[in-house]
Amino acid sequence: MILMQGKGVSKGVVKGPLYFFRRQDTTVVKTTVNDQSAEQDRLQQAQDKAIAQLEALAERCREDAGDESAVLFETHAMFVEDEDFVECIQSTMEEENCNAEYAVQTAGEQFAAMFAAMDDAYMQARAADIRDVARRILNNLMGVVEGGIDSDEPVIVAADDLAPSETIQLDKSKILGFVTQGGSGNSHTAILARTMGIPAVCGLGDALKADYSGRLAYVDGETGSVVLEPDELTLATMREKYARQQEMNALYQTMKGQEDVTLDGKKVNVYCNIGSPEDVAAVLSNDGQGIGLFRSEFLYLAADDYPSEDTQFEAYKSVAAAMDGKRVIIRTLDIGADKQVAYFDMKKEENPALGVRAIRICLNRPEVFRAQLRALYRASAYGKIAIMFPMITSVWEVRECKRACQKVMAELEKEGIPFNKDTEIGVMIETPASVFVAEELAREVDFFSVGTNDLTQYTLACDRQANDLGKFFDPHHPAVLRALKMAADAAHKAGIWIGICGELGADVSMLPTFLAIGIDELSVSPSAVLPLRAAIRKSIAKTCTLEALEC
Amino acid sequence: MKTFEYTITDALGIHARPAGLLAKEAKAFADTVITVAKGGNAVKASQLMKLMSLGVKQGDVVTVTADGANEDAAIAAMEAFFKANL
Repeated sequence: MILMQGKGVSKGVVKGPLYFFRRQDTTVVKTTVNDQSAEQDRLQQAQDKAIAQLEALAERCREDAGDESAVLFETHAMFVEDEDFVECIQSTMEEENCNAEYAVQTAGEQFAAMFAAMDDAYMQARAADIRDVARRILNNLMGVVEGGIDSDEPVIVAADDLAPSETIQLDKSKILGFVTQGGSGNSHTAILARTMGIPAVCGLGDALKADYSGRLAYVDGETGSVVLEPDELTLATMREKYARQQEMNALYQTMKGQEDVTLDGKKVNVYCNIGSPEDVAAVLSNDGQGIGLFRSEFLYLAADDYPSEDTQFEAYKSVAAAMDGKRVIIRTLDIGADKQVAYFDMKKEENPALGVRAIRICLNRPEVFRAQLRALYRASAYGKIAIMFPMITSVWEVRECKRACQKVMAELEKEGIPFNKDTEIGVMIETPASVFVAEELAREVDFFSVGTNDLTQYTLACDRQANDLGKFFDPHHPAVLRALKMAADAAHKAGIWIGICGELGADVSMLPTFLAIGIDELSVSPSAVLPLRAAIRKSIAKTCTLEALEC
Repeated sequence: MKTFEYTITDALGIHARPAGLLAKEAKAFADTVITVAKGGNAVKASQLMKLMSLGVKQGDVVTVTADGANEDAAIAAMEAFFKANL
């Protein structure tokens, strides 16, 4: 038995083969290769693999979609072997003593250009087929896999840690769980796992070795243990836990359609945190009553350039429409700090968590902000959208944001584009400054939402990304909970509501404290909705106390 | 050498699908060179991309030739193919 111990960051027990995530670097660089015969062999293998992949695709297509689409892949396979195309690649390699990647890319561009230059629209469109074929050969040469997972069966993804831009490209249907060497409960891998409702263990360190790839692993996302070749006792424990988990899940299903209300009638809105429109399916299947945090970063992280207003509009509209009149709170761009996007061309900062991030970027770059606000207001005509600004520290920032909103609304009005002029505006409470000026902020907006991860980070001076702060990073710290109460009191005094959209919201052990403070909304991962609802429906708000706020 | 002329009736001309099928068919005659010509440009029928790049459209006249050991069978197969697909 091999036992690895890490930190459980997303509950659940699962078994499956370990798959080591490889970085997908698709940039082609020209290099000198002296052994051309070995390089030609590499090319041949990549071509053979491409043909096999395309034939398999054609086969699957013939079963699912019929002959017509199958022929497209067969034609692609013939492009791979096309005499002139292959000769062009080979002669480039021989003449320039270069790598196969460079030659494939050059030939692909050359043939694509030939089609693009034809005077027939149909033939011009074939340029895309040629590029697609060249990309496939390149991917095979460089070991890059579409969807990031080169396996037919679902796997447990292992990695050092995954960046947001990397998790976006993963084929989610193939992931049973995550195990990482680094990371923490707040890392993006952990957040993704909780959204998907699958187990994750992080901080395994060097115990997680690359040569375990392909081996059957048992992962317990609660205790943080990852086991290979379990002994009988461990196996029995895991099986029992799995059975109990299935049983609990069945029980939680009975919570669907029930109201989020305590025994003494205090209503709490249970909403969901999502990272992309595709997560809406999980919100609906778990009966979330709205979306308390839609992280708009995915649009920026998944792109090579600023996403257009139309692209954003379509994404927001699809979520608003799918939620069918339920509240959808969309947080404006929150990049910087740990979420970096190359095309923003940000200066390197010594301390990015305290640098130009989130709303600071938006206020510094009015054009980027304007495009997002226009997309949000345009989408507001298709559902109940609310706009939320992150990383607020001052009242003037909120006023400036509101002015930007007014300007965008005036533009849309003039252009005759429909929008909802009563779209709610809220701010995130995640800095100590916003807590201290909460009374003034509350007079400016319609709601507060507390980001407990950042509020903990800034209140306790603990880097949320650091792996080794351990007990010092404590979201249950009385200072954090008192900040929460101060913000809640300020909100209620001004007659607005307050929610929590950080991970702490899903912490059922804190529910009595939240009820005592008077939190109106909890936004959690879709998979946490039903367990939280079960806990709310067993609680009596009147008997909850503030003892957790004592030191 | 055997040859025939053919006027394309397919609305899309020699597009990807029939070009792919044609190239496949032509490759079956390994000992015979089959060419397709439009205007002054001739390409081997097995050269898929070049064949497509001829830009043959509906109403264009192409000249198909077969030259080699198996030219009789090849030209017959080509005539049948053009009539059935193009």
